[in-house]
Amino acid sequence: MAELGAGSLLLGDPAFNYQEAELNERLKRLYPAVNEDETPLPRSWSPKDKYSYIGLSQNNLRVHYKGHGKNHKDAASVRATHPIPAACGIYYFEVKIVSKGLDFLSSLLPLSPIPGWDKHSYGYHGDDGHSFCSSGTGQPYGPTFTTGDVIGCCVNLINNTCFYTKNGISLGVAFTDLPPNLYPTVGLQTPGEIVDANFGQQPFVFDIEDYMSEWRAKIHGMIARFPIGERLGEWQAVLQNMVSTYLVHHGYCATATAFARATETLIQEDQTSIKNRQRIQKLVLAGRVGEAIEATQQLYPGLLEHNPNLLFMLKCRQFVEMVNGTDSEVRCFSIRSPKSQDSYPGSPSLSPRHGATNPNLHSAGADSPTCSNGVTPPNKNKSHNKYPGVSSASSSSSSSPSSVNYSESNSTDSTKSQPHSGTSNQEETRLGENDSEMEIEAEHYTNGVAENPSARIMNGTYKHQEILQAQDISLEDSCASRQLCGGNQAATERMIQFGRELQGLNEQLCREYGKNVTHKKMLQDAFSLLAYSDPWNCPVGQQLDPMQRENICSALNSAILESQNLPKQPPLMLALGQATECVQLMARVRSGSCSFARVDNFLH
Amino acid sequence: MACLLEAPLRISVLSEVTATSRHYVDRLFDPDPQKVLQGVIDMKNAVIGNNKQKANLIVLGAVPRLLYLLQQGSSSSELRAECAVVLGSLAMGTENNIKSLVDCHIIPALLQGLLCPDLIFIEACLRCLRTVFISPVTPVQLLYTDPTVIPHLMSLLSRSQRTQEYITQIFSHCCKTPEHQTVLFNHGAIQNIAPLLISPSYKVRMQALKCFSVLAYENTQVSMTLVNVLVDEELLSQVFVRMMQRDQPIDMQLTAAKCLTYMCRAGAIRTDDSCIVLKTLPCLVRMCSKERLLEERVEGAETLAYLMEPDVELQRIASVTDHLVAMLADYFKYPSSVSAITDIKRLDHDLKHAHELRQAAFKLYASLGSNDEDIRKKITETENMMDRIVSGLSESSVKVRLAAVRCLHSLSRSVQQLRTSFHDHAVWKPLMKLLQNAPDEVLVMASSTLCNLLLEFSPSKEPILESGVIELLCSLTQSDSPALRVNGIWALMNMAFQADQKVKGEIVRALGTEQLFRLLSDPDSNVLMKTLGLLRNLLSTRPPVPVLLKLLHSLLVELIDQMEHSAAVPSSWHIDQVMSSHGKQIMQAVTLILEGEHSIEVKEQTLCILANIADGNTAKELIMTNDDILQKIKYYMAHSNVKLQLAATFCISNLIWNEEDGEANAMTGSQERQDKLRELGFVDILHKLTQASDPNLCDRAKTAMQQYLA
Repeated sequence: MAELGAGSLLLGDPAFNYQEAELNERLKRLYPAVNEDETPLPRSWSPKDKYSYIGLSQNNLRVHYKGHGKNHKDAASVRATHPIPAACGIYYFEVKIVSKGLDFLSSLLPLSPIPGWDKHSYGYHGDDGHSFCSSGTGQPYGPTFTTGDVIGCCVNLINNTCFYTKNGISLGVAFTDLPPNLYPTVGLQTPGEIVDANFGQQPFVFDIEDYMSEWRAKIHGMIARFPIGERLGEWQAVLQNMVSTYLVHHGYCATATAFARATETLIQEDQTSIKNRQRIQKLVLAGRVGEAIEATQQLYPGLLEHNPNLLFMLKCRQFVEMVNGTDSEVRCFSIRSPKSQDSYPGSPSLSPRHGATNPNLHSAGADSPTCSNGVTPPNKNKSHNKYPGVSSASSSSSSSPSSVNYSESNSTDSTKSQPHSGTSNQEETRLGENDSEMEIEAEHYTNGVAENPSARIMNGTYKHQEILQAQDISLEDSCASRQLCGGNQAATERMIQFGRELQGLNEQLCREYGKNVTHKKMLQDAFSLLAYSDPWNCPVGQQLDPMQRENICSALNSAILESQNLPKQPPLMLALGQATECVQLMARVRSGSCSFARVDNFLH
Repeated sequence: MACLLEAPLRISVLSEVTATSRHYVDRLFDPDPQKVLQGVIDMKNAVIGNNKQKANLIVLGAVPRLLYLLQQGSSSSELRAECAVVLGSLAMGTENNIKSLVDCHIIPALLQGLLCPDLIFIEACLRCLRTVFISPVTPVQLLYTDPTVIPHLMSLLSRSQRTQEYITQIFSHCCKTPEHQTVLFNHGAIQNIAPLLISPSYKVRMQALKCFSVLAYENTQVSMTLVNVLVDEELLSQVFVRMMQRDQPIDMQLTAAKCLTYMCRAGAIRTDDSCIVLKTLPCLVRMCSKERLLEERVEGAETLAYLMEPDVELQRIASVTDHLVAMLADYFKYPSSVSAITDIKRLDHDLKHAHELRQAAFKLYASLGSNDEDIRKKITETENMMDRIVSGLSESSVKVRLAAVRCLHSLSRSVQQLRTSFHDHAVWKPLMKLLQNAPDEVLVMASSTLCNLLLEFSPSKEPILESGVIELLCSLTQSDSPALRVNGIWALMNMAFQADQKVKGEIVRALGTEQLFRLLSDPDSNVLMKTLGLLRNLLSTRPPVPVLLKLLHSLLVELIDQMEHSAAVPSSWHIDQVMSSHGKQIMQAVTLILEGEHSIEVKEQTLCILANIADGNTAKELIMTNDDILQKIKYYMAHSNVKLQLAATFCISNLIWNEEDGEANAMTGSQERQDKLRELGFVDILHKLTQASDPNLCDRAKTAMQQYLA
C-alpha cells in the first residue's frame, strides 16, 4: 500500500506526468493495434504478483532483492502487471542492471522463483549466459551480463519466438513455440541486486521499431503477393462492381455512368432514382431539412411513415436548423437572403477525410456526456431565464406548459439518464480510443457521405443553383451575422411552435413504441441550444455545425436505398468493415500478425 | 555495298532467318532517309529479346552502318536516337555481341554522341554505354582514355533521372583502381552524386549508393570527405543508416552497409560509433542469415569480415549477435542433399555458389577469431568445424584454400587450440601438403600458421619436425617475397627455441651459414629480427645436457673442417666452433647492427647474441680484442633503456666469468680480461648499476661485481 501511496503522490509531479505522457505516446506508437480496455499493456511491475524477497520502488519500475540469497530457494521474482497482448505483434521491454549481485535472471513468464525453471517459464540468466526453458538445466545461449548492461527481451507473437538483446545488440532467437499470455518477469537471488525496467518509459537501447518495420514489410508483402491464381478475372469483376456500387450509392451519377461505360458493367439503379436521392441529400446537407422531408414524402411515399425513428431524427435536425436559421420554414421570415445563412459549405477542404477528421468526430462523441451535463438542473435554471427573453412574443400560458414539461422531463431524466449516459459514454470512448480500427471503419461510412456533396456539385449533372442560390457567399459573412433563427421574431415563434410539435411527436412515439433514450437525449440536446445567448458558442453548440448533417443524411440515403431493395451500405464499405472485423478477431484469437495487417495501412 | 549484297548468295547454307536479317540491313542503305528511319525502327522491334537475330545482324555488318548513321550530322535526331537504341539492344545480347560492338569502336562514337544537345539521343547513348560498360569483357580503361569524358558525364547528371541512373551505373562498374577513384573524386563525383541518394527513383538511389561504395573502398581521401557531406541537411552517414533500415530492399541495405564499412575501415568513422556497432554490424549479420539469397550471404559475410578485422570489440559483439557463429555453419551445407534430388536448377545454383559460400564463411571465422580466445573456442566447438577446415585446405579452389588457411591461422593463435583441436585433427598434415605447392598468397598464410604450430608447447611440433619441414622452411627464406622470408625464418626460430641440439644442428646444416649471414643483411627489418632471434635460440645452451651437446658436437664434425677436440666438451663448445669458422663475419654483423639505425628490440637481440658469444672460451677473445665492440657494450650499459642495459651487462658478466674447467691458461685468461675491463672503466659502471632502480639490473650488476671480488 505504501507503494501505491507513493505512486499517487508522484502523480502531481510534472516530471512524472511528462514521463507518463511520453510512455503513453510511445506505447501507442509501438502497439497501435492493442485495445488497452480489453488487454492492457504492462507498464510496471506488479506489487501483488511478487515474492516477499522482492522490493519495488520508483513507480514500481525498480526491483531490488531483500532476501538472504543463500541458495536457489531464496530466489525471487516479480512479474509485470499484465500479460503481453497478442495484438502487439511484436513486444519489447528492457531491464537495466543497476547493481549486480552474484546472479541475475531476466525473462518472461508466470511467476516462478527463477524465470525459466518452472513450467511455461522462459529465462536468460546473467551469471552463465544460458537460456532456460521450463527447466532447471540451461542451454548455452548468449554472453553473461553484469552491472551497467541493458538486457532486452523481444517477444514475437507472429511466429511465437523470443530473442534477447544486450546493450542494443540482438542475441538471436532463444525460444520458439512460445505459449500465449506471457508476462515480463525478472528474478533475483542475491542481496544488493537492483534492476530498473523500461516498458516504454524511455527510448529503448535496441532499435525495436526497425525490427518491427521488417515484419510489417514482410506481412504487407505476404498480403500483396497473396496468390489468386486463376480467379484473376473473377476478382476484376468483383472490384469493378465494388467501385461502381460505391459511386452509385453516394450519387456520383456522371462518374458512375462513365465508369460503367468504360468497364462495361451495369448499374442496377436507374438514373432518376440516383438523381432523386442526390437531390434529397443535397437538401439535408444544405440544412434545409424541412424541404428534404417533404421531398422524401413526395418521392418515396410511406418511407418515413415506416421509419418513425428516422423521421424523428430528421425533425430534430430540422429544429436545430431552425435555430441555425437555415431551414426553409424559418428562412422565409428572414429579410435578407436566408440561404446565405450558413448554407452547407460544400468546399472540399471542409469535407472530412478519414484520419484527419476522425479525432474531431470522436471527440464530439466523447464530449456528448458533458453536453448532457449541460442539461442538468443548474443549467435548467438558466434556460428558464432565457426563455422569456428569447420568446417574448409567445404567450406565457402556451409556452410555460412546454417549458415546464420540458424541465420536468429534464429533471426526471437527469437522474435516470445520467448513469446511462455514463455507460454509453464508456462504450463510446472505448470505440473511439482503443478500438480504432472499428471506429475508423464506422467513420468511413459517414466520410463517404460527407465527401459527397462537394464532389456531387462538381459532377455538374445537377443545377445546384436551383437549391443553393447563394452557395458562394462566404462563411465569414454568415458568421458575422449569426443570430437565433436568423434574428427574425416570426421565425423564432415558428421555431418554438415547431419545438412543441416535436415534443408532441416524441410523446406520441413514446406511447406507440415505448421510451426511447436516444430520442430523449436528441431532443434534450436540441432544446438546450435555446438555453444560451449564443448557441454557436455553447457546450451543445456542436450540433449547429453543418458537419453534423452528414450522419442524418447518410441514414436517410440508406433508408431510401433499403426501401428500393438496394443495399443500404455499399459493398466496398461492407468489405472494409469485414476486413477490419477480421483483423480484430485475429487479435482476440492471439494471432500477432494482426498488428501489422491493419486496414488503415492500406487506405491512402 | 555490293559485297554485302552478294555475301548471302555465296553462303547458300544460311538459313531463312539470315535472309530476313539481310533485309533489315539492306534497308539501312536506302537513299530515302524516311525509309532508313522506318528500317531502323523495324530492326529495333525485330531484335528485342532475340539473341539469334542480334548475332545475325552483327555478322551481316549492321553495326558499322548504324554507327555511321548515328555519327552523321545530316541524320535526323530521331534517326540517331533510334540507332543508339538498336545498338543498345544488340549490346543486351551475349558477351560476343559486346566484343563485336567494342571492336567496332562503339564506345568513342557513343561518347561523342553525348555532346549532342538532344536529351533523348543522349539517354539512348548512355543506356547503350551502360550496357557495354557493365559487361566484364569491356576494358574499363576506355572510359578514362579521353580526359574530357568524365567531366562531361558529371555535367550530364543533372539532365534527367535516366542520365543519372545510367551514368552512376557506369561509374560504379568502371571504378576499379585507386587511380579511377582519384579521377572521379577530382571531378567532383561526391558533390554531384550525393544529392541522388534522395532521388525519388529507387534505381537512381541504388546506383548512386553503389558508386559511393566503390569510391570509398580503401580510400581514405574519399571516406574522409564523405563523412562531412550533407544531403538535404542530413549527414551522409545518417542517410546510409536510413538505407539500412530493415524494411528497405536487401540490396540497398547491403550496399549501404558496405559504404559505412569502407568509411570505417578507412578511418573516417570510429569503430565504436553507434552507426557501426548498432546499425552496420547487425545489418551485415542479418545478411548472413539463411533467409537471404546465397549471393547476399557471401557478400554480407565478406563485408562483415572486413569490417571487424582490426577491431577486437567488434569481433566480440559480432560473435554474440544473432548466433552468427552457428549461422555460418550453414554455409557449408551447399549443395544440400535436398537440392540434389528435387531440383536440378537449384542444384546448379547451389554448386555455383558453394565455393563462394565456404570461402566467405572461412574468411568471417578468421576475422572473428583473430584476437579473442573465447571466440576461437566457440568457433572450434561449432559442429565439424575442424574437419571442415581440414577439407577446405585441400579443396581445388584456391580461394577456398586461402580462406581456410586464413581461418586456421587465426585459430592457431590460441595456445589452447594448438594443444587440443589442432593436434586432435592433425591439421599439420594438410598444411604441410599445402606448403609443397601453392601460390604465394596461400604460402604466406600457411607458413605463418606453421610458425604457430612450431611453438614449443604445440604437440604438433614433433610430427612436423619428422616430416622434413626444415628443408622447406629453409627454401622459404630464399624467397623473393619478404613475407615468406620472414615466415620461414620465424618458423625456424620457433623451432630452435629450447630445441635439442640435434634439431639445432639440423637447422644450421640445412640453412647453411652463408644463408644465415645473408639474412642478417636482409633489407626487411622483420627478417633481420627473426634471424637474430634464430641465432639467439641456436646459441642458447640451456639446458646444457651433455648428451645433446655431444650429439651436436658430432654433427659439427661433419659441418666444420677444423675439428680437433673430441673429449671433454665444454658447454660453450659449439659457440666456439661457430665462432671459429664465422667469428669474423658475426662480429662484423654485430658491430654493423649496433651502429646502425635499428630499433631497440633488434639491438637487444644483438646484445643477447653477443652475451651468448661471450659464453664461449675462444669467442671471448674475439670480443676482448675488438675495442669497438667493448666501447659499444660500455655505451649500452649506460643507455637510457633498461632492456639494453640489462643485455649489455649480461655480456660483461659473461666476459668476466671466471668459472673455468681448471685449465690454467683459461684462468689467467679470465684474470687478464678482468684487468682489461677494469682499465676500460667497466667496474665503475657496474658499481653505479648496483644502485639502479630496476631490480633485475641491480641484481645482475651485483653478480658481476662478485666475480671481481672472487
